[in-house]
Amino acid sequence: MASGVKPRVKAPKTAAAGEAVTLKTLISHTMESGQRKDSSGNTIPRSIINRFTCDFNGQNVIDVTLEPAISTNPYFEFIATVPEAGDFKFTWYDDDGSVYEDVQSVAIA
Amino acid sequence: MTRANKTKGLVAAAIAALVALPVVADENAKLIVNDEIEMITEAPAPDHMENMTIIRSGWTFRTKETQALQMDDFENPGMPAVDAAMDAWNTVEGTAGKACATCHEGPESMKGVRAVYPKWNEAAGEVRTLTMQINDCRTTNMGAEEWKYIAPEMVAMEALISMQSRGMPVNVAIDGPVQATWEQGKELYYTRFGQLELSCANCHEDNYDNLIRADHLSQGHINGFPVYRLKNTRLNAVHDRFRGCIRDTRGETFSVGSPEFVALELYVASRGNGLSVEGPSVRN
Repeated sequence: MASGVKPRVKAPKTAAAGEAVTLKTLISHTMESGQRKDSSGNTIPRSIINRFTCDFNGQNVIDVTLEPAISTNPYFEFIATVPEAGDFKFTWYDDDGSVYEDVQSVAIA
Repeated sequence: MTRANKTKGLVAAAIAALVALPVVADENAKLIVNDEIEMITEAPAPDHMENMTIIRSGWTFRTKETQALQMDDFENPGMPAVDAAMDAWNTVEGTAGKACATCHEGPESMKGVRAVYPKWNEAAGEVRTLTMQINDCRTTNMGAEEWKYIAPEMVAMEALISMQSRGMPVNVAIDGPVQATWEQGKELYYTRFGQLELSCANCHEDNYDNLIRADHLSQGHINGFPVYRLKNTRLNAVHDRFRGCIRDTRGETFSVGSPEFVALELYVASRGNGLSVEGPSVRN
C-alpha cells in the first residue's frame, strides 16, 4: 500500500474553442518496481501506478499503461484540443486497487 | 560603385554588426517564480565581505533548463516533499497531543522566519538554526521525538517553512550576542581543510563561475536551501551540503548539527544578506 499519494494537475482555466492546450500531471508515488530487496533479502512487493487516463467530457484523450521501470512520481505532459467548455478528468490506477482522480474545468474564452 | 566606396560600405556594415552584437548573456535572466514572485538574484555584497562587490544567487550559475525548473512550482521537483510536509504540519504527534498547526495555524504564519535564521535564542542562550528550532518545538512543545538533523521529514518541513518567505531578502543578524559565533564561522570559512587544502573561499570566492569538472562553481550562498539537487533527486539540507563540500576536500568533516556547522551556517547565511529566500530551489 503506497502512502502519501497525491495527484497534481496543471491545466489552463480558459481556452479558445478548438485550441490545443498543454496539460501537465504528476502523481507522487514511490513506484516500487518489485525487483528490489530489503536489508534482510526479502523482495519488496511491486507497488506502482499501472494505468493513467485522461477524459474530456467522457471522451478519452489519453490512456497509458505504466510499467515497473518508470521512476518515482510519474509525470505526464501532453497536448489536447478543447472543442467546447467542459471537464478534464484524470484517473490514476494503483496496483493496490486504489483509484486517484482529479477534475479540471476549462471554460471557453 | 568605386572600389573605395565599396570598401567604405563594407566597413560601415561591419561596424553596425559589431554594435548590434553584444551578446545577451544568461546572467541577465530574471528569476520570477509562478509569474508572480520576483526574486533578487544579484545584489551588492554586504559590508562585512571584504573580497567581493556583487553577490549572485546560485540560480544564476545554472543552465537555462535547470533555471526553468525553479520558475514554476509545478515543474519544481522539490514540491512533492513540501506537500508531504504540509501533511506533517497538520499531524498530531507526541504526548502533548499537538500538531504544528495547533499553535501556528497555517504555515503562512511562518512568513519571514527563514530569512532571519540562524538567529540568537535568548532563552536557550545559543545560536539556533531553523532545524534546531523545529526540533526544540517538537520536543518541548509537542512532546514528540526529535527528527534527525537532515532527515527527509526535517528537510521537507524546512522547505515548507522557507517557501513562506520566498522573495523576501535574507537578513541574518551578525552582531550582538551572535557575533562570537559569526566570527567562528568566518574563521572556518577561510580555514583550509583536507588533503587538498581547500577552504570554502578558495572555490566560492576566488573561483566562482569557473568550471569544477563540468559544473560552474557558485558563490556558495545558502538562500536557496533546502535545495532539490538533480544529482541525488531529493531535497538537501545546508549541513548536508557543507559535509559534502568538506568531504570533497578529502578532509574529515564535522557532523551535521555540530556547533562548527551551526557557526558556518550563520556566517555563510550572512554572506547572502540581500538575496531572496528561494527555498526550495533547484540546482544540479
